[in-house]
Amino acid sequence: MTDAAPEPGPEARWRAYLAEGRFMIQRAAGSGRAVFYPRVGEPGTGDTALAWVEASGLGTVYATTVTRQRPEKGGDYNIALVELDEGPRLMTRIEGIAPDQVTIGLRVRARIAEVAGRPNVVFDPAEG
Amino acid sequence: MAHPLRGKAACVGLALAGMGEAPGRNAMELMAEAVHGALADAGIPLAEVDGLFAATAFHSMAAMSLGEYLGIRPAFSDGSNIGGSSFMAHALMAAMALDAGLCNVAVIAYGSNQRTAGGFKSISEPMPFEADFGPRNPLTAYALATGRYMHEFGATRADLAEVAVAARGWANLNPQAFARGPMTVDDVLAARMISDPLGKLDCCLVTDGAAAIVMTRADRAADGPRPPVYLLGAAFAHHHRMISAMPSLTTTAAADSGPRAFAMAGYGPAEMQTLQLYDAFTINTVLFLEDLGYCAKGEGAAFVRDGRIAPGGALAVNTNGGGLSCVHPGMYGLFVTTEAIRQIRASLGADEGPRDPGGWVEGTRLSLAHGNGGVLSSQATTIWGAAETL
Repeated sequence: MTDAAPEPGPEARWRAYLAEGRFMIQRAAGSGRAVFYPRVGEPGTGDTALAWVEASGLGTVYATTVTRQRPEKGGDYNIALVELDEGPRLMTRIEGIAPDQVTIGLRVRARIAEVAGRPNVVFDPAEG
Repeated sequence: MAHPLRGKAACVGLALAGMGEAPGRNAMELMAEAVHGALADAGIPLAEVDGLFAATAFHSMAAMSLGEYLGIRPAFSDGSNIGGSSFMAHALMAAMALDAGLCNVAVIAYGSNQRTAGGFKSISEPMPFEADFGPRNPLTAYALATGRYMHEFGATRADLAEVAVAARGWANLNPQAFARGPMTVDDVLAARMISDPLGKLDCCLVTDGAAAIVMTRADRAADGPRPPVYLLGAAFAHHHRMISAMPSLTTTAAADSGPRAFAMAGYGPAEMQTLQLYDAFTINTVLFLEDLGYCAKGEGAAFVRDGRIAPGGALAVNTNGGGLSCVHPGMYGLFVTTEAIRQIRASLGADEGPRDPGGWVEGTRLSLAHGNGGVLSSQATTIWGAAETL
């Protein structure tokens, strides 16, 4: 038999939102806690009543590194963990600033950009 | 009341093979070489092996592949893979299976020829919400954790360099260590940056190597040619797989596995004479010293200053030279374990081969072997002791 769900799974849904230009995360009905990455149930509680909500897009750099790479291979690049204002963290890249100028605590704002050939969430330094 | 598994099984034989570089031999050959060596060390024929435990980055079903290669028919086997800490978990599984009578002679094995086969070998899948950003795991994850640790606690790269210098100090006493020779804090700071703030000498070696241990029930262990070393406590814990999902980048699940293992053993941190801590990167040693109870959170960097964990220091840590300077063939956990056991055997008078003075820590009766897997993901702690510690 085919277990035909009425809608795509959480990852596919999240990527479809990104393709529409929307950065969405989930929120658990019971605890009110924000959930990322997208799941079928809230981590720890198993609450499956997860609603999609628009992310604020604001966050703070929690950790950062510069991956050193020869210029001919593309040069150094940033990888960061950003803690969203809603709580969860995600791996991303901070753009609009030199890779080695990214510091922990930097306030950042999300932007949807193509990374590795598909829409992803990157961050720029937040103004002000 | 003592935990029902405490001291019920013992290591009765072990062997290392292909340490450093082993050109011309494949991972299975090295692993089997270690198994044959460990059985010879134990004085037990291959045909008696009925419990088999293995995990490698070369074999998706390592226990089956090894069983076939050896030509044995195990009654119990386990190929669980929780990264470099797999072998501490295997020791616990082996003790359980032996105690339950499901097998009588258990072998735990690992083998890798990653260095001569072209470099770091992993069978890890790309992390689903991370891979697009080009992390070079495990390196990227440990760099992120190191930077966060320095930010939270004011530690410096020079503090972390002390870990590498101490490991090299121990390696310089150990002819089996791959990376030997002088190393200073300045050398570590001047090494090529790989992923900030980790430079080349903050990172483990990429070597070949194989190891195996043989375990039996305690009642049989005393009959062998080698002093038995008893598994007094073992526990594992994991809280995440991807670094982006680690609850705090500065506290590992060793804060759970350590207390559970100590509770089973009936001994505390201060009673261990050697500590073998899985040092894939310099930050590991600092985090594990904290999480296993040797100093408070945030004090690890100060704790390792002034040669405290180097030869001649207050605490004997990573006495083979560690993953940083002795051997690191991809998954290092079984070498952590063999070093813990060998320190006890050497102190009991067994011939463990030559080391420079101080390389075998006199009077060792209790050793801790702590494994780490994934990206600080899996933590597994084992405590091994001589007969008098039972």
